[in-house]
Amino acid sequence: MSAPLHLAVALDGAGWHPAAWREPDARPTDLFTADYWAHLVREAEAGLVDLVTIEDAIGLQSDDFDAQDDRVDRVRGRLDAVLIAARVAPLTRHVGLVPTATVTHTEPFHVSKAIATLDYVSSGRGGVRVQVSGKAHEAAHFGRRTIPPFRYQDVLALNAGQAPELATLFSDLFDEAADYVEVLRRLWDSWEDDAEIRDAATGRFVDRDKLHYVDFAGRFFRVKGPSITPRPPQGQPPVAALAHATIPYRLAARSADVVFVTPSDVGAARAILAEVRAEQSAAGRGSETLHVFADVVVFLDESPRAAADRAARLDDRAGETFTSDALVFTGTPSGLADLLQEWHAAGISGFRLRPATVPHDLTAITRGLVPELQRRDLFRRGYEAPTLRGLLGLPRPANRYAEATS
Amino acid sequence: MTGKQVHLAAHFPGVNNTTVWSDPAAGSHIEFDSFVHLARTAERAKFDFFFLAEGLRLREQGGQIYDLDVVGRPDTFTVLAALAAVTERIGLTGTINSTFNEPYEVARQFASLDHLSAGRAGWNVVTSWDAFTGENFRRGGFLPESERYTRAKQFLATATELFDSWRGDEIVADADRGVFLADPNAGAFAHTDDHFDISGRFNVPRSPQGRPVILQAGDSDAGREFAAATADAIFSRHGTREAGQAFYADVKGRLAKYGRTPDQLLVLPAATFVLGDTDADAQEKAGEVRRLQVSGQTAIKFAEQLWNTDLSGYDPDGPLPDVDPVVGENTIARGRASVRMFRDPIAVANQWRALAAEKNLSLREVVIEVTGRQNFIGSAATVAEQINTLVQADASDGFILVPHLTPGGLDEFADTVVPLLQERGVFRTEYEGTTLRDHLGLGPLP
Repeated sequence: MSAPLHLAVALDGAGWHPAAWREPDARPTDLFTADYWAHLVREAEAGLVDLVTIEDAIGLQSDDFDAQDDRVDRVRGRLDAVLIAARVAPLTRHVGLVPTATVTHTEPFHVSKAIATLDYVSSGRGGVRVQVSGKAHEAAHFGRRTIPPFRYQDVLALNAGQAPELATLFSDLFDEAADYVEVLRRLWDSWEDDAEIRDAATGRFVDRDKLHYVDFAGRFFRVKGPSITPRPPQGQPPVAALAHATIPYRLAARSADVVFVTPSDVGAARAILAEVRAEQSAAGRGSETLHVFADVVVFLDESPRAAADRAARLDDRAGETFTSDALVFTGTPSGLADLLQEWHAAGISGFRLRPATVPHDLTAITRGLVPELQRRDLFRRGYEAPTLRGLLGLPRPANRYAEATS
Repeated sequence: MTGKQVHLAAHFPGVNNTTVWSDPAAGSHIEFDSFVHLARTAERAKFDFFFLAEGLRLREQGGQIYDLDVVGRPDTFTVLAALAAVTERIGLTGTINSTFNEPYEVARQFASLDHLSAGRAGWNVVTSWDAFTGENFRRGGFLPESERYTRAKQFLATATELFDSWRGDEIVADADRGVFLADPNAGAFAHTDDHFDISGRFNVPRSPQGRPVILQAGDSDAGREFAAATADAIFSRHGTREAGQAFYADVKGRLAKYGRTPDQLLVLPAATFVLGDTDADAQEKAGEVRRLQVSGQTAIKFAEQLWNTDLSGYDPDGPLPDVDPVVGENTIARGRASVRMFRDPIAVANQWRALAAEKNLSLREVVIEVTGRQNFIGSAATVAEQINTLVQADASDGFILVPHLTPGGLDEFADTVVPLLQERGVFRTEYEGTTLRDHLGLGPLP
């Protein structure tokens, strides 16, 4: 057998299909309760998945690409993902917790200590998915800068090598995100592991030589440091990013431990892998582990027909055919396992599955897909490491400042 | 129940010299277990709330990170959300700065915390303006001191608009009709003032309490006025009878002009305590604790904060410096709000000298004398009596207790003092409500 594959589950509201909240087993009025999230994350943990991601944004959900809609037939409203992750941390023991954090308008100092603290309250299972906000209406929630509105067709033009103005905007937003992650990482290292000495003889609680100013000064902000929070248990909680095109691939290659990508088939998966690896080498990170996880939306049932019928029924309720940036798979857990096996053989190291409806497709992953992958020797039979980095095969990293001084 | 009800809160030990870290029983200030222990102890004792302070820059003195006290803290929101999982009723409150944050994000976080704790969130609104702290943030230290209450008021007003942008009846989730939201504009807001110009849709539905309980700690006239206008509880440093009564009367007297009644703002001084089997035992223990809290080095560093200059050449067991403090901006200590208390350093130094002459005290002994004496010292019966007497005398509505030991510093108090207050009928034996507003007797929001 090749290396086992990694599995992540992407949690978002009642599931990724817009009519998911209307299913008989949905709990739409519980979306804003701790119990709801605890239940989902425990189910994911029962399936031995590496991690769950929790979607988030600094705006209300909208079906319009470039504006806030006023629809009333879809789930609207969500809780802060970092707080959800912290709330479920004491109720779980093994699964990695990777909330989404918007980096465009927030303070890296705050997010750094929040994720470090998530790592403490989860005993080494914290991570963060960094997300750029390019939406003009989200910028208006902060009012400290304006972002010019752009349409989806502008993005398609950009990806085709046109729209130079948008290229500048996107490059700036993603360069800022890269600076942001650099600050997160420096702050996590700004305390050496043994900085707290409690030396009663000299009266010193810390060895100040083991605390470091990060002195970051970039185009977008400056941060002095050190962090207010000591180095987290994992040293560096894993950083993830979702990417669909060159500029975001570059961010992931420069900054992330895991990149979520959206290939439509195995050929696309190979092409994306090649591009990510090229960016990784260009960023001087060729020797480091950068996991490439493929995102797949899943409708899982006993037969392909049942899954397709369910997807069609949900589309009818939603009033339109569901489309996604990621591949939409309808079929059986065994059929999905075939697909994952094929993509895994092509070099995709793991998968972030987006359950179309919750709990149906979540339990189909944990109780259907996972046993099938185990039968094929493609997935763990028990958690093999106490930390998220351990589950991802990432060693505990040396502290960049300790190296510089020792 | 007989008499006015006492309110009690548990302050997680802070990063100052009140906290004794050298005690063999002293535990971690970072590991989650420490927070769990204190929060569960307080909940077992039916306290109103748990409180966590915040720091946004490591303190420095003489250009170096200050290393004599506990250094390092976790993130407030993250700890409080995690504590919601291991507690059921106790309020979960923390300090969040209004200078180095934006209202939309903080409102999201508090509304989320209130949902995730089923109505137990509280927010101590503070302001900073110093460029030193600002060096950790995008916006830097932009705020003139004169504007800090303006910003705090506008920040809180803006956040309140966001909390109120959902009424609470919008989510109908009618699956058959396909109507999730009853209102297509749920969460709509637009706010413009000197500090904030924001508009859009707030993305967290109305939380169980409607908004977090608002705490404040201002002592200046502006601070007291801000609290009278907007807070549900005010912390204070006035824990003695006379000072407490004066503060209490002053603050409660400001409420009427805002259309508020005296029971809508609780006065909760911070208080330390030392318990013993007898009063004499407790007094002896209190002396030991004071000497641990104020080492010779700590005394020198504290004196430097008043003198505003390097005093490392002085002997803590010798006399006070014979030079006058350096007047003007305090440059010796940074990231420490307490230096602002020395409004007239020369007058304070002269008071210290008079005290030293009168009692023949060394520098260290003076600092022990003038700083943070324990509020409550004695047997459990004595301390219960002291607390109840102050509350019945309207010197306070209760106390925020600050243990000097992490995480077990509240254990003995919970086991011995609380039952005596319960026997007197002045402290709850069970939580009657589920929200922090319930515990504080505030009733639901209008």
